Amino acid sequence: MPENKGIKKKVRENDEEVRVGIFVCHCGSNIGGVIDCKKLAEDVSTFPNVAYTEDNLYTCSENGLASIKKAIEEHNLNRVVVASCTPRTHEPLFRECISEAGLNPYLFDFVNIRDQCTWVHMKFPEEAYNKAKDLIKMGAAKAVKLEPLDMIMVDINPAALIIGGGIAGMSAALNLSRQGFKTYIVEKEDKLGGRLNSLHKLFPYDIDATEFVGKIINNVQNAQNLEVITSSRVINIEGFIGNYEVEIDQNGNIHKLEVGAIIVAVGSSLLNPEGLFGYDGLKRITQYELESKLKNKDLNAKEVVMIQCAGSRNDERPYCSSVCCMTALKNALTIKELNPDIHVTILFRDLYTPGTSYEEYYRKAREQGVLFVKYDEDRMPNVEENQVKVFNEYIGDEMIITYDLLVLSTPLVANSDNKDLAQLLKVPLEANGFFLEAHVKLRPNDFATDGVYIGGSAKWPVDITETISQGYAAASRASTILSHETIEVEGATSILPEHNKNLCTGCEVCIKVCPYNAIKKNENDEIEIIQALCKGCGLCAATCTNKALVIRHFTDDQILSEIYAYGGE
Amino acid sequence: MRMEENRVSFEPKLLGFLCNWCSYAGADLAGVSRIQYPPNMRVIRVMCSGRVDPEFVIQALELGIDGVYVMGCHIGDCHYLDGNYEAIRKFDMTKKFLSFVGLDNRIRLDWVSASEGVRFGEVVSKFVEDIKALGPSPLSGDTPDQELLKKVKAIREAVISNRMRALVGRQRKITEEENVYGEKIPEEEFDVLMDQAIKEEYDRHRILLALEEDSKSVKDLGIELKLDPSIVLEHMLTLKSRSQVDFQEIIGNTPIFMRI
Repeated sequence: MPENKGIKKKVRENDEEVRVGIFVCHCGSNIGGVIDCKKLAEDVSTFPNVAYTEDNLYTCSENGLASIKKAIEEHNLNRVVVASCTPRTHEPLFRECISEAGLNPYLFDFVNIRDQCTWVHMKFPEEAYNKAKDLIKMGAAKAVKLEPLDMIMVDINPAALIIGGGIAGMSAALNLSRQGFKTYIVEKEDKLGGRLNSLHKLFPYDIDATEFVGKIINNVQNAQNLEVITSSRVINIEGFIGNYEVEIDQNGNIHKLEVGAIIVAVGSSLLNPEGLFGYDGLKRITQYELESKLKNKDLNAKEVVMIQCAGSRNDERPYCSSVCCMTALKNALTIKELNPDIHVTILFRDLYTPGTSYEEYYRKAREQGVLFVKYDEDRMPNVEENQVKVFNEYIGDEMIITYDLLVLSTPLVANSDNKDLAQLLKVPLEANGFFLEAHVKLRPNDFATDGVYIGGSAKWPVDITETISQGYAAASRASTILSHETIEVEGATSILPEHNKNLCTGCEVCIKVCPYNAIKKNENDEIEIIQALCKGCGLCAATCTNKALVIRHFTDDQILSEIYAYGGE
Repeated sequence: MRMEENRVSFEPKLLGFLCNWCSYAGADLAGVSRIQYPPNMRVIRVMCSGRVDPEFVIQALELGIDGVYVMGCHIGDCHYLDGNYEAIRKFDMTKKFLSFVGLDNRIRLDWVSASEGVRFGEVVSKFVEDIKALGPSPLSGDTPDQELLKKVKAIREAVISNRMRALVGRQRKITEEENVYGEKIPEEEFDVLMDQAIKEEYDRHRILLALEEDSKSVKDLGIELKLDPSIVLEHMLTLKSRSQVDFQEIIGNTPIFMRI
C-alpha cells in the first residue's frame, strides 16, 4: 500500500486549509504536577487554524504516538505541535511518528513546556501555565507557516577515528575493526593502555591489570583494519557526519585521516593532591601511588589509614568519582592478603558498592578485619604527623587512629586539554570539564553533533567494566552510521527560492558570511547554495541585503509569526 | 496580604532568542537542574544567534514587548564557527539605532553555554530585574506612545534597508581582512562610517514614513520631524536618486514630495 500512502501525503500537504493538532504532554507529574494540562489542551484549541487538541500522560509513549497518528487520520491534520520536554531529545521521535502517519516530518513544531517551563517555575504554577500557553500559541503560529522539506542524502566513509587508546578506546576499536570498518586509534602517550598500565589489580576478581591490558593491547596490535598512531594528538577536524577530515600531529609529523565517525575515549586525569590532608607523596600518598607500591611489593607500613572522598563531593568538585570506594576496598584486601597483621582503617562518608559482586567485596573486606569509620563532611578528619583524629558518627566521639601510611582516595578529574578537543569537535563540556553527552538517558554515548560519540571516563569517572561496556556502546552507535552507504541529514538548509531570484542583487555578502563555503556563484552568475555543505545556521538569510535567501524551517515568516503570536499583532 | 498588594505589579513581558546548540541547551540544563528563575521570558529557538535578524528584535519592541534577549554560544564556541561574531555586529547596529529612541537598554546580547544552566537562570533573573527597574515599555499596553511607535517603525525599515544590511554584512570582512586592493579599513574608521549611516538611514526612513501618510514639502517635513530643512533636502535628493521619493507637484516655488 505504499502508493496509497504517497498520494494521501500529497493531498494532505497541499490541502489549502491548514489544520493544526496540538498534543499537550503531562510527562507524568513533571508537567502535569505543576500545571493543568487538560485545561491547557482545551484553552489552546481556540488558536488560529487549530483543528484538534488533546492531552497525554506521556505523548512520547507508545500510546501517545498512536494517539497522534490516529488524530492525524481522523481529523485530517496537516501540522502537528507537541508541547512537552525539549526538541533536543524528542524532536526526531515525533518527526518519525508523523512521518509514519503520512505527513512530511518538517510539518512538526516542538514546544518546550517542561525543561524551560514547569521545571523552572515550580513555585509559580499560574505563571507557568500562562507561559506554557503563550509558548504553544507561538508554536502553533509557526506550525501554520511550516513547509514540507526533503532530507538530504550524504555519503558515508566507512572508517572511524578513536581518540584515546585506553581501555575504552581499545574496546571500541576492536569492536569496529572486527565489523570490518577501517579504524584508527590516536593515542597521546607512546603506548596503548592508558590508566590500566599503572594499576595493580582489578576489582572485583583481583585480575592482574598488566596481564589483562597486555592481552587487549596484543589483540589491538594483531587486529586487521586497525591502525594505531601513538605519541600523537588531533590538531584539526573538519567536515560533517560521514565525511570528517582529521589532522593528526605525531611528533611534528602531520597525518591526514578521512573518517565517517569519531569516538571520544580520552579518559580522565588524576587529581593533583598537593595540599590535601598533608599529602607529601611519601607517608601520605594517593591510592594510585599505593597501587604501584603494591605492584612493586615495597609496602613497609604496619598501620594504614585511607580517607575516602579526598577532594571530591565538595564545593569545588561536587561529583562522586565512583571508582574510589572499590579501589580502596581492593587495595585494603590486597594489603590484608600480603600481611593480615597490617591494620587497615577506611574513613568514609558514604560507601558505594553497587551490585552483588561489589557488595560481596565489601563484606570480604570486613571479614578480613578492615575497619570502617564514618566521618561527616562538616567534621573532616584532622591529619597530624602520625595520627588522624576523626569524629566517629556512630559512637558520637572523636577517635585517634595512628598511621604510618595515609592513603587518599582522590577523584578522577577531567583532562585539562578536554576544552581544546571539545572546540575542535564542537561538542560541549559539563561544569567539571568532562564531556557532556547528548542526553543522559536517551543518548548516553552520543554527542548532539551527528557522527561523534563518547565512551568511558571522558564523560564521567567509571570503572573498567563500565568503561568496556561504554566503549562497545560508542562503537555500536558509530556502526549504525558506518554500516550505511548514505544517510539522510537535516533538510532545513538555506536556499534561494525561484521566486526570490529577482530579489538577489548579486552583492555576494552571503558568500562572504557563510562559515562553510557552501554558497557560490554558478556559471549563470546566479547565487547557488551547495546543499550538502549547508549546515542550516541561517547567517546568510539574516544577512542577505535584499532578503532573497531563505533559511528553511526558520524563515523570517515563521519567526515573525512567533513574535506576532506573543506580542499581539 | 498587604505586602502582596503593595508589591510593584509590573511584570515585564520578555522575549528571548536562543541558539539551539548552547543557550537553548543551557536553558534545558537549567530545567534538568531545577534552577528556578522568573517566568517572564518566552523563548524562540533559532539555530544560531547570528540568525537573529535585527528586524526580529525591532519588531518585538514595536509590538510592546518590554525587553529582548539574544543568546548564543560563547565566542570561540559557536557551533557554526563564527556565527556569534555576526550576531555581535547585528546586535551593535540594532542597539545604536535604538539609542535614538531610548530603547537601547531594553535589548541584551549574552553568551550562555550548554553547561551553564545555573548561569542561564542568573542572567534571565538579572534581565527581568533590570527591565522591572526600567518600567513598562512606552510601546506596551493599550495606549502605546504613537510618536515613538513611528520612530521605531522607521528603525525597523532602516534595518531592513539594503544599505544597512550591506554594511553590517560586510563589516567583518572589511575590518578584519584586506580588500582586493590590499587595503584594510581600521575598526574605528568603519565605526565612524557606520554611525553616520545609522543616523542617515534613521532620518531617511522617518521621512519615508512621514510621506506615507501624506505628500509633504521639505519645510513641513523639517518641522514635523524636528530636522534641519537643509538636512531634509539632502536626504530627499538621496531618496530621489534611489527612486524612493519623487515630486508630486510644485506649489508656488515649493516642491511637494511623495513616496514611491
